[in-house]
Amino acid sequence: MNSPENKLVQIEINGITTQAQAGSMIIEAADLLGIEIPRFCYHPKLSIAANCRMCLVDVEKAPKPMPACATPVMEGMKVFTQSRRAEDAQRGVMEFLLINHPLDCPICDQGGECELQDQAMGYGRSVSRFSESKRVVVDKDVGSLIQTEMTRCIHCTRCVRFLDEIAGTSEMGGIGRGDSTEIGTMVARSIDSEMSGNIIDVCPVGALTNKPFRFSARAWELMARPSVAAHDGVGSNLYYHTRRGDLMRAVPRDNEALNQCWMSDRDRYSHFGLRSDARLSKPLLRDAKGKLQEVDWDTALNAAAGILKDSGESLGMLFSASAFNEEYLLARRLLDGLGSKRIDSRLRESAFADDATRLEQFECPTAEISTADVVLLIGSNIHTDAPILGHHLRQAWRSNQAAIYALQPRAYNYHFETAATSVVNPQAMLSSLLSMAAALGDDLESADLPAQIISAISSATADEFAQDTIKSLKAADNPLIILGNMANSHANADFIRILSQAISKSLNARINMISAGGNPTGARKYGAQPAADGLDVQQMLENPGKGWLLWDVDPELDFDNPAAARAALASGNMVAVGSFQSPLVTEFARVVLPLAAVAESEGSLTNFDGDRQPLSPAGKAPGMSKPGWKILRQLGSLTEVEGFEFIGLSDLQSTDEFKVRDNKELDKIAEVTGLQRLGEVGIYSVNAECRHTVALQESQLASLAAISMHPQDIEKHGLQAGASVCIRQAGENISLPLQADSSIAIGCALLPAAITATATLGSAWETIKVEAK
Amino acid sequence: MSNNNTQFLLSADTRATIDHWVGKFPPEQKRSAVIQALMSAQEQNNGWLSEASMGAVADYLGLPKIQVYEVASFYSMFDLEPVGRHKVNICTNISCMLRGAEDVVKHIEATLGIKLGETTDDGRITLIVEEECLAACCGAPMMVVDGHYHENLDVEKIDKILAGLK
Repeated sequence: MNSPENKLVQIEINGITTQAQAGSMIIEAADLLGIEIPRFCYHPKLSIAANCRMCLVDVEKAPKPMPACATPVMEGMKVFTQSRRAEDAQRGVMEFLLINHPLDCPICDQGGECELQDQAMGYGRSVSRFSESKRVVVDKDVGSLIQTEMTRCIHCTRCVRFLDEIAGTSEMGGIGRGDSTEIGTMVARSIDSEMSGNIIDVCPVGALTNKPFRFSARAWELMARPSVAAHDGVGSNLYYHTRRGDLMRAVPRDNEALNQCWMSDRDRYSHFGLRSDARLSKPLLRDAKGKLQEVDWDTALNAAAGILKDSGESLGMLFSASAFNEEYLLARRLLDGLGSKRIDSRLRESAFADDATRLEQFECPTAEISTADVVLLIGSNIHTDAPILGHHLRQAWRSNQAAIYALQPRAYNYHFETAATSVVNPQAMLSSLLSMAAALGDDLESADLPAQIISAISSATADEFAQDTIKSLKAADNPLIILGNMANSHANADFIRILSQAISKSLNARINMISAGGNPTGARKYGAQPAADGLDVQQMLENPGKGWLLWDVDPELDFDNPAAARAALASGNMVAVGSFQSPLVTEFARVVLPLAAVAESEGSLTNFDGDRQPLSPAGKAPGMSKPGWKILRQLGSLTEVEGFEFIGLSDLQSTDEFKVRDNKELDKIAEVTGLQRLGEVGIYSVNAECRHTVALQESQLASLAAISMHPQDIEKHGLQAGASVCIRQAGENISLPLQADSSIAIGCALLPAAITATATLGSAWETIKVEAK
Repeated sequence: MSNNNTQFLLSADTRATIDHWVGKFPPEQKRSAVIQALMSAQEQNNGWLSEASMGAVADYLGLPKIQVYEVASFYSMFDLEPVGRHKVNICTNISCMLRGAEDVVKHIEATLGIKLGETTDDGRITLIVEEECLAACCGAPMMVVDGHYHENLDVEKIDKILAGLK
């Protein structure tokens, strides 16, 4: 609450004297004292509605019971939460709330963890006096993630307020009036927020429950195991609820510095993908006839170690950006021991000239994003890059009135208003950044800038967006620049990063770079990126060596350029360690080793803030799968490399420091002619776990197998929206339906990467040809 | 609630009316004009609000669609299904009920051959399903026809009014 000064007032609750912040509510003071006041609509992170009336308490000299959630504390106030009058009021409210509530706890998924059930035990009557008929509310279908049972709804409006205030999508509301009021969506629409699952947690009854989890377990059968999500680098804290070792569901674990009490749908639902039939559970070895056969671990590991040794210095390690720190560390030891310099985890990127100066850690910690007052977003749909960061940025806009500027190839549907946006093709984004640097004039710190960029700045053409943005950033107290996944996968991403870092430094701003993957910060810190003379992913694919070690990688869907990956991986012997089957691994791999997923394994992840978070296994891995560090330990021993003499992960000592290679000369910026592909990786396509989660793939946010262009471009190319078109790239043709989408920059076509339909094509950010069929 | 996926364009008149009402409130509180905006959109859309027309109002006022739908579904003067050319709202609240509103309803239903909430086959008249007190108790029983108040109703008067609706 806004009080001019941090004034404290003295109040008394149930005879206990306490001090409370002036302007705060009785319920907050009582919560601090540990005095329980029943409530349904009150939620500390949401606005106060005071519509359930369950928290009525007795306040001395007040003529009637007062709602504790909406009554500010006053000097000398005496509150009684369990007086006769308070309890009568609470019991009365409970009786009314139960009038229209079905007594279907035995068949309700919320049973056993239900706020209404718990409080009815404390404040309800043992026998209902209501014998009239109850009202029934027709259920809504709100999509594949949330199950509704609206007859159970008590109209607390927590879900409405969550979507309005936190998620920013305002998809639910109170429809109708009086006794026919219903909580619902606009005319039976689905709920499409990327944070929608949180309405399940805030719902105090069983009206909104977890759809894929429904009817599969009871709350009292479940063990809560703390873990960390690995779909983006935020490191959101969560609990996996497990039953006899099986992951049944995920719920948020409070961490005020990261995810607060919220969770993205990607983190909540993706573990269902771990149950997919595509999971690998046994080691496989290619036999003399060329068929993959199940073998025991020893045979498989010996074969793998043979390939690694044989490949020696030309062994290429291609890592997922969501592996554990310890896996990166051990892989690097193995690589060094074998004499190779080929390792990379940035498989969706293609521009690496700035390795030495690139920042993997946020300059502005996650918790401080909401304090920024002017923000420049470069190539980021922040809500899909890392939904929790989108939440923090929305709070900067909401509570700090931050002015947000966005430079992007597509008008993303942000959950905040922007001060200005520039929707231009990826090439023009570079020009706009150059124009920003030019607008800084003498303020630009150009000492460290490559000559190529300095000369490009001097010939930059001024653009209004760039000038406004710089003007606003200059005047800011707490300016912040955020680079997103799109900027980092841009064909000239190194150019963008160097330039944005220079702009940021000149402005005394802070800069955050959102790299793809669940542990990009750890990957860099623990050695999964090339050192001096080392080869990056691009160079490895251009000059394939004798052998490959793939770590949790699907060659079709996890590379910027799947066509190049296919060509490179076809030569050389491949050892594939992974959790899921993939067609190219089945086609090429000599040895396949089943890997326990992050939730089933042990290790640590380092988040964007640079904090290392240790994890222990939450669920059991299927079949014979093993944690990554055990696989690497054995490969290390079998190849007789030093540094693998430990037994348990806790014995693994590391003082290893990994230096990344120096900056190289930037590539020339190629003149682009033709239609530029926007190869976005959809929010639920980021890794195999998400791609195998049916509920996420069925939701509205999943990538569509379609190509989308601006209506003007469709007309210009003589195409027809709705028709199937032929798309040519890298010597391959595919056919997909064409959609009109005016959010896309002119000269570009949105053609998602990381989906099977585009898995034969080249780089996600090249030019393509689109023709009518 | 009928779905209407076609685009709905607010006419110049409708926009002018909305602008007039928006002007009465502080600039950051455009939401305050939502009732009047819905009224004029309803007038433009032949007396009822389609999903598209509510969407157009939401876009014009910069509100989430659901917030417009909440208001439209709350008030009985907004119709979310197609209606006839004339809307007849008969008050059945306490004062009118004591002065014979139930007989008024019966007579009108019999005359038109439809029940409350229905529309005549020729699309001439819709009887609005339930009306709360319209604040004309001194002239009870009363009804509102297309926004015009008719008080101290009797059979003769009702027949004349209904006959006048073309």
